[in-house]
Amino acid sequence: MRIPRLLAAAVVSVAVTLAGSPLANAAAPAAFIEPSGTITISAASSLTDVLPVIAAAFTKRFPKVTVKFNFAGSSTLVEQLNAGAPVDVLATASELVMAKAVGAGSVTAPIPFAKNTMAIAMPTGNPANISALTDLAKPGVFVAVCDVAVPCGAAARDLFKNTNITVTPVTRELDVRMVLGKVIADEVDAGIVYVTDVKWAGSNITSVTIPGALNVITSYPVATAKATSNPVAAKAFVQYLRYSFSAQGILRAYGFMKP
Amino acid sequence: MTPRRPTAPRPLFLLIPGLIAIAFLVIPMIGLLAEAPWGSFGAILTSQVALEALRISMVTSIAATVIAIFIGTPLAWLLAREILPGTRILRAMVIVPLLLPPVVSGVILLTAFGRRGLVGQWLSSGLGIQLPFTTAGVIVAETFVAMPFLIITMEGAFRSLDGRFEDAASTLGASQWTIFRRITLPMVGPSLVAGAVLCWARALGEFGATITFAGNFPGVTQSMPLAVYQALETDRSTAIALSLVMLTVCVVVLVALRGRYLRPTTS
Repeated sequence: MRIPRLLAAAVVSVAVTLAGSPLANAAAPAAFIEPSGTITISAASSLTDVLPVIAAAFTKRFPKVTVKFNFAGSSTLVEQLNAGAPVDVLATASELVMAKAVGAGSVTAPIPFAKNTMAIAMPTGNPANISALTDLAKPGVFVAVCDVAVPCGAAARDLFKNTNITVTPVTRELDVRMVLGKVIADEVDAGIVYVTDVKWAGSNITSVTIPGALNVITSYPVATAKATSNPVAAKAFVQYLRYSFSAQGILRAYGFMKP
Repeated sequence: MTPRRPTAPRPLFLLIPGLIAIAFLVIPMIGLLAEAPWGSFGAILTSQVALEALRISMVTSIAATVIAIFIGTPLAWLLAREILPGTRILRAMVIVPLLLPPVVSGVILLTAFGRRGLVGQWLSSGLGIQLPFTTAGVIVAETFVAMPFLIITMEGAFRSLDGRFEDAASTLGASQWTIFRRITLPMVGPSLVAGAVLCWARALGEFGATITFAGNFPGVTQSMPLAVYQALETDRSTAIALSLVMLTVCVVVLVALRGRYLRPTTS
């Protein structure tokens, strides 16, 4: 995934121009400061696989930067950040949860960088013969979902509402990877996860896609933390994630949709 | 309380680190009290989530303790008397759940009692018993993690027992069961209480094995620690109020056990 440096630099500079206020840019184009140092990114569990790949591309572009990660359920991340965790960038799996961080004054100006949608994941062999959402409402079917406090759980709730079914799950996990884990371990018959999780799990599971009209689409926003000790690198990463061809290309390869 | 000896030395090199240690342990608890939502405390504690979690915690931790007493005490006796072959290895195996990260205990339980597990597949297809995602599963997780506390406490008690009383009863014609019931058990009574309370407190605080093995569902498998963790996602003040309840329970248990733990021990 090598991209000519000039092109990448052009993309970043265009992005910086787009993001800044037009008036300020007209007055004095900001001098480019080379990002350096370490940044810590708090990111939703569903980004666990894709973000390190993007970070590797980012550090190839900006070799003086070291990227560290903190993955958890989006709500936990916001709670940590609001309580003063030393984080530079926050990427959540829902705008609603990001709004809590904005409301608490922990981040500024989030921008959406990807979209995701839901799927039904089953253990290989599909023990309960799930072929549609309505099968999840049948008695005796073990279903795992996320708790409604986290984005994947809110999405599952909306999904059941759209389909007009009542599903009584056996467990409400606290992040989507715990749901996927229960499916892979064959402890449940089905779980509601993101399509990106299905893609990542590959042949460890089977899956059913959900018709677009019923499905729920979640948006992933990213923002820099107000208390960041490295605003230059933090902003560079946010811009890179949203606007660079390589970051967006990697997101597409992992099954995310364009923002 | 015995008065301190007037000549008791108080060297600074022990006093200062000691005071740092006590501050380190006590300050977080003060922090919890300071942030407690006293105004809405009653409403939070009588909410459905809190009451259900409290009920699940009480039922499962007591059940786990009772199971531990009935099967853990005999094992402690067998270990103390070194009756079984390979007692040293057995003792090490008993202590393993004490040292394991609880989430690993949960994984181990899944490999054994999950529905594709070694015993679990047989339980599920043969008897129709499903442990994960049930209250019984929570009890299994808590027993696995907490029983070693009772076993090691009781083993110590059985070991330090003066065997001559049992020998005397035996020469007077008492049966094995009578000796155990009338001589052995009464002599280890205080240890049994202490071991049971330790075991119960550990079961009450169980989180990792429970959420891994039994999942998280309000009213079925969501115990207090799981409710605290989940509340942290949405409502910090609820999490703090529930934490305060757990802290209170621990303090009450300590006060009840003050005879054993709040006084310096000589043994």
